[in-house]
Amino acid sequence: MNGKREQESVEANTLLINLIRDKLNLTGTKYACGIGECGACTVLMDGKPILSCLTLAIDADGKSIVTVEGLNDEISRALTESFLEEGAVQCGFCTPGFMVISSYLLNEKPAPTEEEIKQYTRGNLCRCTGYVGIIQGIKKAAEKLGRQRLMYKST
Amino acid sequence: MNLNLINTRILSTSFDYFEPSTVEEAADILGRYKEHAAVLAGGTDLLVRMKQKRIDPKYLVDIKRIAKLKGIEQNRDLIRIGATATMLEIQTNEFVKERLPALHEAIASVGSVQIRNMGTLGGNLCRASPSGDCLPPLLVLGARVNLLDSGGTRVLPLDQFFKGPGKTAIKPSEILMEIHVPIPPRGTGMSFLKIRRAGMDLAKINAAALLTLEDNAVQSCGIALGSVAPTPIRAKKAEASLIGKKATDERLAEAAAIASEEVRPYAESHRHRRSTAQYRIEVSRVLVRRTLELARDRIAGRR
Repeated sequence: MNGKREQESVEANTLLINLIRDKLNLTGTKYACGIGECGACTVLMDGKPILSCLTLAIDADGKSIVTVEGLNDEISRALTESFLEEGAVQCGFCTPGFMVISSYLLNEKPAPTEEEIKQYTRGNLCRCTGYVGIIQGIKKAAEKLGRQRLMYKST
Repeated sequence: MNLNLINTRILSTSFDYFEPSTVEEAADILGRYKEHAAVLAGGTDLLVRMKQKRIDPKYLVDIKRIAKLKGIEQNRDLIRIGATATMLEIQTNEFVKERLPALHEAIASVGSVQIRNMGTLGGNLCRASPSGDCLPPLLVLGARVNLLDSGGTRVLPLDQFFKGPGKTAIKPSEILMEIHVPIPPRGTGMSFLKIRRAGMDLAKINAAALLTLEDNAVQSCGIALGSVAPTPIRAKKAEASLIGKKATDERLAEAAAIASEEVRPYAESHRHRRSTAQYRIEVSRVLVRRTLELARDRIAGRR
């Protein structure tokens, strides 16, 4: 979990989001819709984005999980600064999910077009901002990162 | 069932969980527990329905660690897609993108990156939603599914696989192993189009078309529609009307009119009403015409 080896006992019906938030006290990952439609619970499993509310904790056995708390420092800082500068955050509840998916996006496409940003973030909903600030924030973060490919801080 | 009163933060049902490492083990478990067991692949549909208490399987069989169900390969004249290949794996497969573009486009339109990274094509087929985006392209491509249980394997053409909304020909003891998609000959064009409001929405209506031309005449033709009947359908009469003919705009428009008469929209519950029967009849004609034109123009490399 975020580069650190963890061992936990779970029930068959424990969800990954329960493990992350309730057992490991990493409350950056948010529970919102619980049925896979909002992306607030997005985390990375072996580098790729999943919905932790629809994943059994058992399925994380032997895998690498990265939450918003564990994102690469440079990417995290670029996103945080850009989001604040561009008005991408109001209540902030969707923000961790957007940061995780943006982290994945910027690794796949270091210089994303607006269309690519929209495609990659289609699974993340925001009720406050109307998305424009978020899209501008991601664009700005890409520029700040200077179009380098970056590795995640993990294992 | 009032969804507002259900807690989806947790999975409140309890079940026994199996993680077989071979297909035979999985088939054995399913054979034992049959309809009391559910197969877990991506979980993007199963877990939602369990949380909403629509289903309550007492045994979950997680098939994600079975090696034989993974992967995408080309075997001579067909593409084999393992049951647990994720939508994202298929979407990023260059061969699928090049030779099965309609399937590629359909998969790219499904859900979100997260959903596609978890969800499998096998699971999508077994879910048998009438509006499933991957289904019309697979139908026009003449795909087949391999099913296995402890008694052996069988192959079903996809158009015999769907029996109704959420219903397939799969037996409770069976597991879907892989999907075979014949690679269409050169000189084939195909397309997929989907109408929806925005974002991750399901299709109000979707369609796929495939045309193979020889000397400018239609040698083979596939037209499939989703969300217009209890299952995704092929518009067989419309297809037949084009065989041997030149693929002119007029001919394609005529075929589209025939296709729109083959649809059988059924009354949906209010909750699922993404469009009316009338809308589906009208728009199917437009969508079939557009997909046919796009398929034809792609043969010439024009689009």
